[in-house]
Amino acid sequence: MHHKRILQTNFYYPKKGVSVILSIAALLSMVVVFSFRSESSSIIGKKPPFTQKDSIASKKAFLKVYAVLMSPRCMNCHPAGDIPLQGENSHLHLQGVKRGPDGKGIYALKCANCHQSHNLPGLHMPPGNPKWSLPPANMPMVFQGRSAHQLAGQLLDKKRNGRKSIKALIDHITKDTLVLAGWYPAQGLAKPPLSHREFVRAFNEWISKGAVSP
Amino acid sequence: MISNSQDLTINKKKYKADVSPDMPLLWFLRDIVGLTGTKFGCGMAQCGACTIHLDGEAVRSCVTPVSRAIGKKIVTIEGLSENGDHPLQQAWAEVNVPQCGYCQSGQIMSAAVLLQEKPNPTDSDIDDALSGNICRCGTYLRVRQAIHTAANIQKSSVSNAS
Repeated sequence: MHHKRILQTNFYYPKKGVSVILSIAALLSMVVVFSFRSESSSIIGKKPPFTQKDSIASKKAFLKVYAVLMSPRCMNCHPAGDIPLQGENSHLHLQGVKRGPDGKGIYALKCANCHQSHNLPGLHMPPGNPKWSLPPANMPMVFQGRSAHQLAGQLLDKKRNGRKSIKALIDHITKDTLVLAGWYPAQGLAKPPLSHREFVRAFNEWISKGAVSP
Repeated sequence: MISNSQDLTINKKKYKADVSPDMPLLWFLRDIVGLTGTKFGCGMAQCGACTIHLDGEAVRSCVTPVSRAIGKKIVTIEGLSENGDHPLQQAWAEVNVPQCGYCQSGQIMSAAVLLQEKPNPTDSDIDDALSGNICRCGTYLRVRQAIHTAANIQKSSVSNAS
């Protein structure tokens, strides 16, 4: 009975007034929705659905990102020291290879002396990419040994992430051929635990939901 | 096959590369041109016996495809000097470095890049540059000594010339 009375009460408002109020409300909600869309929220060319800041979802998304970044295909070239890592157990690179100032090795042991522009067929053959290198010595961008909290903070800090804005960071993980090379490993090497599409989606989700460090 | 055969410049001479672009450069050097001073060791860029210079860098020719070398300057141990008198070759003879000798051309080619970039290297520089050249006879100490000797020869020849 009570509900019926309320409903009946609503009918006492003039119909024209209700429709004006509803129209304004709809317009305002659209303005709010579109104002929250950011440049950095595209996922491989597709616009994601509207997302609100959500620290729990953001942290969960970063933990997926973290699992990829700490996999050998990513971490091996982001070592804690000046020696790159190799293989599934991330052992120190054989041959005593070192980073060098530009990240491309030193003297007779420069990366491109063995690593070609493409993977070579066969087990234990050098994987390849035209940009094969470590980060430079003045911006080593270390992944090895970082906790999820530390790595999230590092990725967001321009002084430690290669001077990248959030947009540049998303472009880097989405399009950089050296990042993509992780998903085309040489024979006998495993891919990262997520597909590249899932990785990019998780990264975008982490950012769009607040870029919260776990 | 490389269409229309392209030129490779090896030790200042031009050669036609009528081969598959994927052929390892080492194959071309040894089996087609006949420059057998460069050795086959592991075939997977792990030992350094096949080291040559490609535009001045010490590349592993066993994994470098011929296509990468087209239009670039290739130098092998045979072309390191006109008369076998590069400071490193003199020092190698003076210190009597080789034992079996198999890895030595690769060692010398790597050392040449080091001396080019660091004319007066420390022991640490030598280790950083040469640790990828494996010697099963264990001539490492003599290699290191010879590189210091070569650095001195190079220095005195530069000062004599000036």
